[in-house]
Amino acid sequence: MPRLSYRRALTRALADEMTRDPDVFLLGEDIRVAASNVTAGLLKRFGPDRVLDTPLSEQAFTSFATGAALLGTRPVIEFQIPSLLFLVFEQIVNHAHKFPLMTGGQCAVPVTYLVPGSGSRTGWAGQHSDHPYSLFAHVGVTTVVPATPADAYGLLVSAVRCDDPVVVFAPAGAMEVRADVDLAALVPVPLGRGRVHRAGDDVTVVAVGHLVHDALAVAEDIADQVSVEVFDPRTLYPFDWDGLWESVSRTGRLVVVDDSNRACGIGAEVIAGVVERVRLVAPPRRVTRPDGAVLPFAPALDRAVQPGREQLRAAIQNVMKDG
Amino acid sequence: MTDPEEVRLYRTVRLIRRFEERAIGLVRSGHIVGGIHPYLGQEGIAAGVCAALRADDVVAGTHRGHGHVLAKGADPARMLAELCGRENGLNRGRGGSMHAADFGVGVLGANAIVGASGAIMTGAVWAARRRGGDVVGVSFFGDGAVNEGMLLEAFNLAALWRVPVLFVCENNGYATTMPVDGAVAGTITGRAEAFGMPASVVDGQDPEAVRAVTAAAVARMRAGGGPELIEARTYRFDAHHTFEHAVRLDYRPPDEVARGRSRDPVEIAGARLSDADRAAVDAEVETTLDAAVEFALAGPEPDPADALAYLYASGLTARGGG
Ligand SMILES: Cc1ncc(C[n+]2csc(CCOP(=O)(O)OP(=O)(O)O)c2C)c(N)n1
Ligand SMILES: [Mg+2]
Repeated sequence: MPRLSYRRALTRALADEMTRDPDVFLLGEDIRVAASNVTAGLLKRFGPDRVLDTPLSEQAFTSFATGAALLGTRPVIEFQIPSLLFLVFEQIVNHAHKFPLMTGGQCAVPVTYLVPGSGSRTGWAGQHSDHPYSLFAHVGVTTVVPATPADAYGLLVSAVRCDDPVVVFAPAGAMEVRADVDLAALVPVPLGRGRVHRAGDDVTVVAVGHLVHDALAVAEDIADQVSVEVFDPRTLYPFDWDGLWESVSRTGRLVVVDDSNRACGIGAEVIAGVVERVRLVAPPRRVTRPDGAVLPFAPALDRAVQPGREQLRAAIQNVMKDG
Repeated sequence: MTDPEEVRLYRTVRLIRRFEERAIGLVRSGHIVGGIHPYLGQEGIAAGVCAALRADDVVAGTHRGHGHVLAKGADPARMLAELCGRENGLNRGRGGSMHAADFGVGVLGANAIVGASGAIMTGAVWAARRRGGDVVGVSFFGDGAVNEGMLLEAFNLAALWRVPVLFVCENNGYATTMPVDGAVAGTITGRAEAFGMPASVVDGQDPEAVRAVTAAAVARMRAGGGPELIEARTYRFDAHHTFEHAVRLDYRPPDEVARGRSRDPVEIAGARLSDADRAAVDAEVETTLDAAVEFALAGPEPDPADALAYLYASGLTARGGG
């Protein structure tokens, strides 16, 4: 079976959707030469009318995409840096997201916002290392954070086909993941459906994006002591509550590992959504970035602020101790 | 006989004028909640610009947007029902005064974020042109918007990619209470010229002058030209927003207001009609608006159970808050 990298899975999803639907087009900064190496080969295949290099005008090109979507196209914007989402939060939330309701259903805004290399890129410091997926879940914009190459392919395809705006975070920590994949078996992954990567009986670990791989490693490490189930929501909004409730109802214990700042991060919402519904045998735990975190430059400091395997292992052991 | 084009222009300015006056009455009577930003005094701009457009051209407006929606051809009855928050409104009562839209006649929405519509319109026209044809778009905005970075980015993008958008700045002298001189360094047309966009200034109180300058710009854009800007000089006759009817803010000298009001687009357009033609238009507009008020006030209130209907075009439903 061929090895498919996460990055090439994104490329393949874009190429497949552009082939299938002539209304799909790409725009972003330095995407013709594929500076982020996601749009590699697409200019040659689809031409400059469908692969648009934009000036550095994030606010204008984000709303340009909204307008283009209102009149029937399906734009995909690639953002060079996750923090650029702060710059265009207004355009996504106030316009793309609100137009369908405010117009009483007269329109749709099917735009995909793709962020390759979200979260820490190690050594890129404070303004290039954010992971603001919780903000989009909060405002109710469909938000996906794929962990594996097959899910990166399938969720990006579904994002492009979705009639609503969708933000796709491709974490830097997952971009180099490779997997044996039967290319013919790559399929769209439904939005809003989680996935159990590893079945277990004692505790459910909800892991977001690249942290799925850390959760799997920790689960394997402590397999002789604790039976860990690893649940990957894949889509943060809308969240697969049925899937998670089913898992937690069996294990009775919950740990969330989430690369958001702690206050109001998606980890808080996951815990609230579970405890409102399921009686746990031990208080739930979460492993997150600290409150208000800004990622410092020095590698050891950067790592210190990100949720790590040691913290996750401790959290699992603590919930086992607590009940 | 009066020139039919002049009758049409007069009818539009008169319709907007009387629509706004009736809407203000409905604000006072409590039928329209939240108030409105009256377009009184600026009717010549929406009327003149839209008279130079085709049905398949598209426009996007502002918080002071009733005139654009009506001039582009939306049904005044459904527009008024929208202001009253009724299910039979243009937006089914989900948008109100500041978000009224009618995609069926090419109104991609009033937009209450100052400076926002330029980039949206640029993308919309780019997408429409991709399919062929020679559609043009108009982005209306006020003098306050020319200091918004997002709009200046949109000027650059539209000019760079030669997207045929007509940027229409309605310079009414104030952004809320801030006079233009206190906010704009350089000039409004200078902003367009910096991006290589043709720019002209027109008397916004004369709908025929606005129509003529728009028609010339639209002809150039249909023939392959890029975006252009028109600065229409005008004066807002009434409050920034109807809340000012209760809270008097002191920022416009009375003699300035009197001078501004002395050049009334309804009178300027009306003077070009025979007395009989003018009286006939006035009567027809009142009949139309009588029916509109009746339609709006008889409209059903939306069901609170459907408060978040249309939130997602994909059919996704949101979790409730309870
Ligand atoms: C981005 C933004 N800033 C501030 C406001 C609040 N606001 C609404 S209308 C307005 C004045 C706008 O002035 P102008 O663009 O000249 O339009 P006018 O009201 O004169 O028609 C302001 C400040 C807003 N809606 N959007
Ligand atoms: Mg103004």
